[in-house]
Amino acid sequence: MVEAVLKPGGDAATALYIVAFSLFIIGIKQGTHPTTAKRGNLIAAAGMAVAVVTTLLLDGMGNWGLIVLGLGIGTAVGVIASIRVQMTEMPQMVALYNGVGGGAVALIAWSEIRHGISLGEDFPLDSLIPIIFAGVVGSVSFWGSNIAFAKLQDLIPTRPIAAPGQQVINAILVIAIVTICVILAVDHESPSQGLFILLLVLAAILGNLVVLPIGGADMPVVISLLNAFTGLSAAAAGFALDNVALIVAGTLVGSSGTILTLEMATAMNRSVANILFSGFGGAPAGGATGGGEERPHVSIGAQDAAIKLAYADSVVIVPGYGLAVAQAQHAIKEVADELEQRGVTVNYAIHPVAGRMPGHMNVLLAEADVAYENLKEMEEINPEMPRTSVAVVVGANDVTNPAAKNDPDSPIAGMPIIEVSEAQEVIVIKRSLSPGFAGIDNDLFYEPNTSMLFADAKQAAADIASEIGNL
Amino acid sequence: MSLMTEITIFVLAVFVGFEVISKVPTTLHTPLMSQTNAIHGIVMLGGLIVVGFANDGVEYVIGTIAIAFGTINIVGGFMVTDRMLGMFSKKPKPKAKADGKGGS
Repeated sequence: MVEAVLKPGGDAATALYIVAFSLFIIGIKQGTHPTTAKRGNLIAAAGMAVAVVTTLLLDGMGNWGLIVLGLGIGTAVGVIASIRVQMTEMPQMVALYNGVGGGAVALIAWSEIRHGISLGEDFPLDSLIPIIFAGVVGSVSFWGSNIAFAKLQDLIPTRPIAAPGQQVINAILVIAIVTICVILAVDHESPSQGLFILLLVLAAILGNLVVLPIGGADMPVVISLLNAFTGLSAAAAGFALDNVALIVAGTLVGSSGTILTLEMATAMNRSVANILFSGFGGAPAGGATGGGEERPHVSIGAQDAAIKLAYADSVVIVPGYGLAVAQAQHAIKEVADELEQRGVTVNYAIHPVAGRMPGHMNVLLAEADVAYENLKEMEEINPEMPRTSVAVVVGANDVTNPAAKNDPDSPIAGMPIIEVSEAQEVIVIKRSLSPGFAGIDNDLFYEPNTSMLFADAKQAAADIASEIGNL
Repeated sequence: MSLMTEITIFVLAVFVGFEVISKVPTTLHTPLMSQTNAIHGIVMLGGLIVVGFANDGVEYVIGTIAIAFGTINIVGGFMVTDRMLGMFSKKPKPKAKADGKGGS
């Protein structure tokens, strides 16, 4: 038996929880500065350790076998998944972790409602209402995150998928969910468990239907929003369990996550409401395949590309998700090294959402040892474009589409882009003319100063590097 | 804890959350999202409390799954964030790497 057990809700336990959430706040704060971010993460993790140990020491805890089983499975899966995951797959990993968090909240809510009903007493509203909230939001978050994961992992099409009358179905679901919530709350003397499970199921369907119509390009914002939701639902679980650590930590994530979501949406020049309800690529189904007729374009090989690059004054590389998928960051770095040896200035233009999340591309290029000074943000590089000899687009698509600027009817109208078409010449390395995440055709490919190099990004970069070496 | 005390804590925490995230460089958006994501894994404590005080078969099962889910969220979340941030802290080193063994 453990000697020094803590009384649930007692001063010692609460004091330790206060230590824990203070560490969370410091951790998040430090996470906002590049120099302290890594330490901030460790501080927050230490806070988590304090919170977990405190809870394990609570008086009356039992069923240690099951607790160890749960912790063991969770730790094993978490560790293995985190070590195995490729840097390119980071966004969907975050979605998945967020999903299981939401799932945990929904399960805890279900268990609490069972527990409360089994006592056979009047269910106090100040725990029933948070439980209902936690159940609904946790379930939406679980399923929404799983869909986001499946989309980013290409398990289901990344294009927006929308059924006709989608908005009506969603509205009916929301009304049904609210109605059941009200019925449960009114009937708080003996709330029905069956009704609560129905509530979880309806919330699950809603989570699926809300995220399915959203295109892959907007997914980071959705994941961030679901992250904030899961935080809030965790706080609600804290109200139900009278646990101050849950209330504070959950709320912190809810509010900081909301700000982060808004900042991300701003970086993409889109509003959150627009992302959630417009269904990126507005035209359903057929519109995405883009007309079908072949438009004229210029196709070149690696040798031509090497010559264009080697005799340029300045080159801007625009990396996109295709580069990440092909693991081409190292090969591209070799091209840049070859060019720099010949006195060509090489910079990288990083769109705020290059890769699949803000900052994702920076992580990938950092992995390839690209110097930080050479990574230019969009606002910094766009004015330089007219003076750039060659812009090389590697696996990027929508973020270079001039339609965002020129065509007010385009689904991506208004999205900030890297203005590669302003450069004297453009080389696009891409497998085919197929559209990107947004599911729309890219006018850039058909402009007179654009040459297409159809190849795998990694192979193409390696070929170009060796061709430059041979010149 | 009274309901009003809890609501007080909640409202204050909302403002702390807003204040703490101010002007985040784009580069840190993903790692920070991942870190806050790990922090909401704290719901795992709820799973511990459910299982720790349960005496009913269904609660055992639900609670144990909740613990496993929450633990994945916590452990995976912090580790993935650490890996991402590790990419940045490598920054100062390339200059120092002596006679580049990857050179040729």
